[in-house]
Formats: sequence, C-alpha cells, structure tokens
Amino acid sequence: MKHARVAYAGALHDATPADGGVRLTDGRVVAEDAVVWLPPIQPRTIFAVGLNYADHAKELSFQAPKEPLIFLKGPRSICGHRAQTRRPAGVEYMHYECELAVVIGRTARNVARSDAYRYVAGYTVANDYAIRDYLENYYRPNFRVKSRDGATPLGPWLVDTADVPDPMNLRLRTLVNGRVTQEGSTCDMIFDIPALIAYLSEFLTVDAGDLILTGTPEGLADVKAGDDVITEVEGIGRLQNTIVGDDLFHIAG
Amino acid sequence: MHSEPYRQPPVAPVLYLKPRNTWIGNGDGIPLPPGVEQVKVSGTLGVVMGRTACRVAASDALAYVAGYTIVNDVSIPHDSYYRPALRERCRDGFCAISSALASPEAVPNPNQVEIRISINGRACGAASTATLVRPVERLIADVTEFLMLGAGDVLLVGELPDAPLARAGDRVRVEIAGLASLENPVVRP
Repeated sequence: MKHARVAYAGALHDATPADGGVRLTDGRVVAEDAVVWLPPIQPRTIFAVGLNYADHAKELSFQAPKEPLIFLKGPRSICGHRAQTRRPAGVEYMHYECELAVVIGRTARNVARSDAYRYVAGYTVANDYAIRDYLENYYRPNFRVKSRDGATPLGPWLVDTADVPDPMNLRLRTLVNGRVTQEGSTCDMIFDIPALIAYLSEFLTVDAGDLILTGTPEGLADVKAGDDVITEVEGIGRLQNTIVGDDLFHIAG
Repeated sequence: MHSEPYRQPPVAPVLYLKPRNTWIGNGDGIPLPPGVEQVKVSGTLGVVMGRTACRVAASDALAYVAGYTIVNDVSIPHDSYYRPALRERCRDGFCAISSALASPEAVPNPNQVEIRISINGRACGAASTATLVRPVERLIADVTEFLMLGAGDVLLVGELPDAPLARAGDRVRVEIAGLASLENPVVRP
C-alpha cells in the first residue's frame, strides 16, 4: 500500500494512488496536480548518511568510510512532492541527492542486522539538497549545507514494507529538466539498511517516526533557478521539485 | 582552528542537534554508556521559542522568545569536531532540560547571565553568556536565516568553556540566577 498526505480544497487528506490521480480520504479521485503534496510523514529524528555509495565517495575524493558517517537534520527542513526549493543568491554550487528514505516503525535498541527489517514501517524518496558553498570543517556536513528550510523534499508516497520485497536492489535516478544526470542502485550501498539500523541502535534509541536517509550515488550536478528536478527510486516513487531563485523569497517592506 | 582539518575558524554557528532520545527532565538519571567512565557535563542557557521564527532580524529576535530554561548538555569527551559527533553527543539521556520556564521579564538580558555548575555540591565551572561569540539575538538571526525554529524549540547557546567531567554516582547541578536549578545524577544503568 502507498500512502500520502495531501491538502485539497482546504482540507487535509490521507491519499492513496488511483487511476487518473489520487484517492482522497472520502473516496473522491482527483488529479495529481490538483492537490498540494505534504511530506508523507512528519519525521521525528532525521538521520542522514554521508558517503554511503563507493562511487560517490570516490567522486568527492574520499576513501570509503569504515563506519557510517551519520549526520542529523532538523525535522523542519522537509517539504513535499512538487515543492519549490530556494537557491540563495550568490551560491556557486547547489546539488541534489537522490536517496532511499527508510521510515522506522517501532522502538529499536541494540537491534541485530538479521532483525533490522522488522523495525521498518516503510520507504519513501528523499532529495537531500546540499549547498556546497557553505561547507565548513566543523561537524561537517554542517547544518547550513544540509538542514535548510524546504531543502529536503520527501515523498510523494510512503510505501509499506510489504510492498518492497528487496529494498537493497532498487534503481535510483535523478532527472534535471528531463535529462538523466544521476543513476545508481541501492545494491551499491556501503552500509545497507540492516547495517545502518544495527549501527545506530547500538548507541542510541531509534524510534517510530524516525527517518534514515541512506545516501546517494555518484552523478551530482549544480542546479539553477527554474530547473525541474526529479528524484526517483524504483517502486517507491518519483519526487518532483523546482529550484527557485531568491527573487521569489524576497521579503517585502 | 587554522590547522588541518579545520583550516579556518567557523563562519556560521557550529550547530548540532540533540535528538529526542537525549531528552530527560530534572532529577532523571544521566545514563553512562557501556564502557564509558565519565561524561562531560555542560550547563547552558536554553532559549525557548514562543512562536515560529523564520529569517528573523537580530533586532526583533527576542520578541520570538517565550522564555528561558536550564539545560545540561552531556557528551562523551572528544577532540575532533570535524565530523558530526552522534556517538559522543546523542546518547539516550544526554540532554537534561528543566521544565521550569523563566519569563523574558525574569531574564531581562540573556547576554548577562551567569551559569554555574557543581558536582556533589562542589563548584566546578562557571561562565557568563557575556562571553558568547554570538549574543542570543545574533544567534537566533543567524540560525533562522536558513533553519526556522518553532514554538517549543530550545536553542542552547553554547557549551561552558571548561565543562567538567562527571562519573557514576555524581550529582550534577546547574544553576542560573533568576531561573530554577537543574539537578541530575549520573547513573550506571
């Protein structure tokens, strides 16, 4: 089953896929572009994994890490499908990152790799934008790079685990203005989903509603105002986002 | 700060997040992780936001503050600030937060606040928020420039420069004049 949270005609709905659009809570089917897509969950703690694909680590001139590089993101940094993400004026390099996002379903503490999938509620797609101009060498990647308002699109759907028999063999790709710029497979993760859950839950309690962004493969590119950016994960979803410039974020007065 | 891997002093605030698993209340035990003998305990001022603050000017920043509280920001001592220190900073119970909220009237100037920390009744650290790199108003402005804060969010203004270490059995007390105190024992689960 796939679930989404949408707003339609001034009301919130739990939506499901339907022929010709999305089915609202009350059974009506409306067009996909007639609703406002909210993030499919309101995450509790957001864990993100850096350098988790060997090819991407190489692209950034890093040795593959020996233990997962995990950073946290503010829960307010997320936005939904079809959202706009701001590119601040004067920035030289802002890139997308297509990622499989894991939604935790129950309290996990000291979980063994072999049990890890029992703690997963489902999956969605994340685009973990980064503004590299702001990279500093303190708790890197620092918040100003990665934890920005509206710079982590999430969705469109939360897909139940039962519908994702092998999350470690899904194709990922990003299209910028219709052209494929990033391609990979979750099978190339350095630390797979069970390894990440086991690693985190060994030293802290992971809980229902927590989100793990599992990293991105190679193929990063700068995006500019006006670019249409689609990040998609096979069987999970196709997440659309538009980059907008500072002119749309001008504060009047 | 000019040597590797940092190369230069930080430009933006050096932020980290204390996730929900770290939150405990006044009197709750701070659990020592297995294999860890002592933890760094750092009293700090918690700025409690009263409403959504997004791209706020420093001159308006205090209007978004509901009040102030006392926080004990616990960590495992670590030397490197290069990578996010989840294993050192985000253990369960590593952020004690007083439930007492002091009104803005009770703290007329958050940049002139004395923070004192004691272990088992012995004073072992103190600092004034007058020595912060960024005054509270500037910190709120610099953070909300890119990351909005919401009602109930707590912004910790910074660690004590010489935060002490505490061991199992120690009682750690943080006091700020004008605010209630915060006391937590360090426990071996």
